[in-house]
Amino acid sequence: MATKFEVNGKTVEVAVEPRMTLVDCLRHVLRLTGTHVGCEHGVCGACTVLLDGEAVRSCLMLAVQAEGHSVTTIEGLSNDDDLTPLQKSFRKHHALQCGFCTPGMITTAHALLSEEPDCDADRVREVLSGNLCRCTGYISIVEAVLDARSAYRKPQGEPR
Amino acid sequence: MRNTFIGAPIERREDLRFVRGRGQYVDDLAPAGLLHAVILRSAVAHGRIRAIDASAAMKIPGVYAVITARDMGERPPIIPMRLQPLPDFKPFEQPVIAADKVRYVGEPIAVVLADSAALGEDALEAIAVDIEPLPAVTDRAGAESGASLLFEPAGSNLPLTFRAERGDAAAAFQGAPYRRRERFKVQRHYGLTMEPRGVLAEWDAAAGILRVFGAAKVPFFNRRILAAQIGLPEAAIDMVENDVGGGFGARGEFYPEDFLIPFAARHVGRPVKWIEDRRENLMAMNHAREAEADVEIACTREGKILGLRGHTFTDMGAYMRTNGAVGSRNIAQFMSGPYRIEHIDIDVTLFMTNKTPVGTYRGPGRFETDFFRERLLDLVAKELRLDPIGFRRRNLVADAEMPYRLATITPFESKDELDSGDYQVTLDRCLAEIGWNEKQKLQGQLIDGRYHGLALGCFIEGGAAGPKESAKVALNDDATFTVSMGSSAVGQGVETVFAQIAADALEVPLERIREVLHGSTAYVSDGYGAYHSRSVVMGGSALLDAVEKFRAAVRTEAGTRLGCAAEAVRIGDDEVSSPDGRALPLADFAGIAVEGAFFNKKHTWTYGTHAAHVTVDAKTGRVEIVDYVAVEDVGRIINPLTLKGQVIGSLVQGLGGTFLEHLVYDEHGQLLTGSLMDYLLPTASDFPNLRSIATDEKPSPINPLGAKGAGEGGMIAAGGVMANAVANALAAFGVEPRELPLSPPRLWELINVKRAAAE
Repeated sequence: MATKFEVNGKTVEVAVEPRMTLVDCLRHVLRLTGTHVGCEHGVCGACTVLLDGEAVRSCLMLAVQAEGHSVTTIEGLSNDDDLTPLQKSFRKHHALQCGFCTPGMITTAHALLSEEPDCDADRVREVLSGNLCRCTGYISIVEAVLDARSAYRKPQGEPR
Repeated sequence: MRNTFIGAPIERREDLRFVRGRGQYVDDLAPAGLLHAVILRSAVAHGRIRAIDASAAMKIPGVYAVITARDMGERPPIIPMRLQPLPDFKPFEQPVIAADKVRYVGEPIAVVLADSAALGEDALEAIAVDIEPLPAVTDRAGAESGASLLFEPAGSNLPLTFRAERGDAAAAFQGAPYRRRERFKVQRHYGLTMEPRGVLAEWDAAAGILRVFGAAKVPFFNRRILAAQIGLPEAAIDMVENDVGGGFGARGEFYPEDFLIPFAARHVGRPVKWIEDRRENLMAMNHAREAEADVEIACTREGKILGLRGHTFTDMGAYMRTNGAVGSRNIAQFMSGPYRIEHIDIDVTLFMTNKTPVGTYRGPGRFETDFFRERLLDLVAKELRLDPIGFRRRNLVADAEMPYRLATITPFESKDELDSGDYQVTLDRCLAEIGWNEKQKLQGQLIDGRYHGLALGCFIEGGAAGPKESAKVALNDDATFTVSMGSSAVGQGVETVFAQIAADALEVPLERIREVLHGSTAYVSDGYGAYHSRSVVMGGSALLDAVEKFRAAVRTEAGTRLGCAAEAVRIGDDEVSSPDGRALPLADFAGIAVEGAFFNKKHTWTYGTHAAHVTVDAKTGRVEIVDYVAVEDVGRIINPLTLKGQVIGSLVQGLGGTFLEHLVYDEHGQLLTGSLMDYLLPTASDFPNLRSIATDEKPSPINPLGAKGAGEGGMIAAGGVMANAVANALAAFGVEPRELPLSPPRLWELINVKRAAAE
């Protein structure tokens, strides 16, 4: 089935079986392997991507359902020169070990902070509780997300 | 230049790729001509295979081959044990594929090769397997009765009993003024990794080289097994380590798929990739921990421990896998923990069941046995009206007693001794940090609908398994260095910590360590991998040796070129000089590459104390951790940032095993927890209040770094501390948990049984 959608700002057109999940399409057709597959039943959150800015599980979506939408993956949230403030914060707080859950954590946290740059620790925990990490015990991840909030806050008007 | 990278919280170099989604895990590889393997697994726990008919599957377009035991000659190869390979275990080792019998749900029966994994899964449904069911053995009673045997030629379902002995326990118990005997149980759970396992194999027929991607943990050992099984020299096999999404003891051991996929690739002459799905992972990766104990302690009424004896029983599942006996052996060895117990007699009997085979999971045996012991100590303290802290304190092994000999384990005659430690110091620090004295008034109190409880436990953690590790230092053209290690990465940050060690030893800036290569078999001559918290101690010490040899090689070469004695050569940051002031750029010596090694058969012994403050909601059985402090002395600290990550990560795994994680089987041997909706893992909202304090008072005397293994301590004490805290919180009801997990339904039931009895 021919499907057209946007990935990381570029329009892509793919021919996929209707049963192919979005994550398989991203990874194996488009070769964007930063998005990971940890359970294929929507529990672990490793495959989280942004769909029109909202965090979704790309293992619970078919590729054909992305038609006309805009998908952002960890690759789209990264650049070559430097780490983003959120990525820097993950590194600073040692919020990752094996790195497998990290892209899902960062996309989830990015969606949260974009909407709620003033969220508190409980809110961060609540939102991240949909993403499993087996290495860190989460404490450093929560610290990293909280520490990155300032980068998502809009400028507070003109200085007096 | 004198560096102090060791000991500094250096941010990890690995992170630069991981946070941008640029890690490369085995499923990220897609060579041209790739076929996907999907494995048909037994749906029957115990049975005799009568027929396998794959003809319908072969007719599906895109299905390339179906491989069964028949394609492997007379008998499929057997996977040998890596650790404790005792002759008693031989009859119980696992074939790479089921040939005549299946012995657990999830055992491989056939491998389908297809153009995509989805097509392969379609084909699975078209394969007809006729299995004559046999009675499933699912518990100790079934295993002991022997009415149904997993291995008929063995004549029994009980391969072996380990024994830990010290002193004369029988005599100590005979004259003891006080004894207490208790039974405890720990449930089956496992070292689930976020990245499921995967193998990609390519057979280069022209060069006669087999490349196997997805290697982890012990690639050199696994290459030896594969070479023997597949009939190739070791040099013809390259094991390639990609990024690895978690290890925890379970990932990287030699599993059936580690033969099946390379075999398939060679069989069809095309690259073959297999990626485990989560359901497979839950039924195929090594399980762990299932154990029950019947233990007895003897002591004086004042609290001096006189002896410890008992019998523990461990469920091995259907086969003795590569490291399947480790947990059982460790239960025997670690039962006495950090305490001075002169007389010990512990048996650990291993039994086989029709369940997924077991292997190690971080802190193998220690988590289980620490739960048994620390529960027992608190029960004794309560009965004898002893202060649980004072009781522990008077029995802790003293600094002056080091090295302290542990009980001898037979068979295998392993004799270990604690290397160093002042256990009172970590105990005191932990008491101070948690505010033990101030919080005592909360003990057992009901406040705002929650019962408060505090508890504490002491532990030891073995590390640094020998016999050897290798490291190589090479100078590049641009005066940077490439460090190659025989140890493996499983997410613990070895690239960063080895760079720190190398930069300090070479006395160069950290950036000059261009890369740290590890894991793959091509980098060094011999490697032993990542297990038993050994990478830093063994690999780091090998690296120091490699640097020393590298510098000696530069001196020799420089002496020749500069016309001076090698010993007189001075190696600086950027140049190499002779005493008379002539100098050559260091880069002129590019190409010098030297391998070093570290040999050691002794272990390091990290130690510490954990304390916790919990509340329990008696209406629901829900436990909340108000504060948890993990204090641990780890010898020399290389990187406090990654160390803290190890402790907290390990602790949360321990809390998962204490409260949530449970692999449940029914009486037919069917796994009832086959998804992450059934097998519960800790999430970000479960355990927010955990603290880790690492100290470095007692460097290890047995390695030049002074480091100790520190990857597992976080979880060892968790079960015992939590169960004791819950018991103290629920003292009003007289609830004494003797079984894990402490799930809300179990606690609710314990509370309500006591309530009903009181009414």
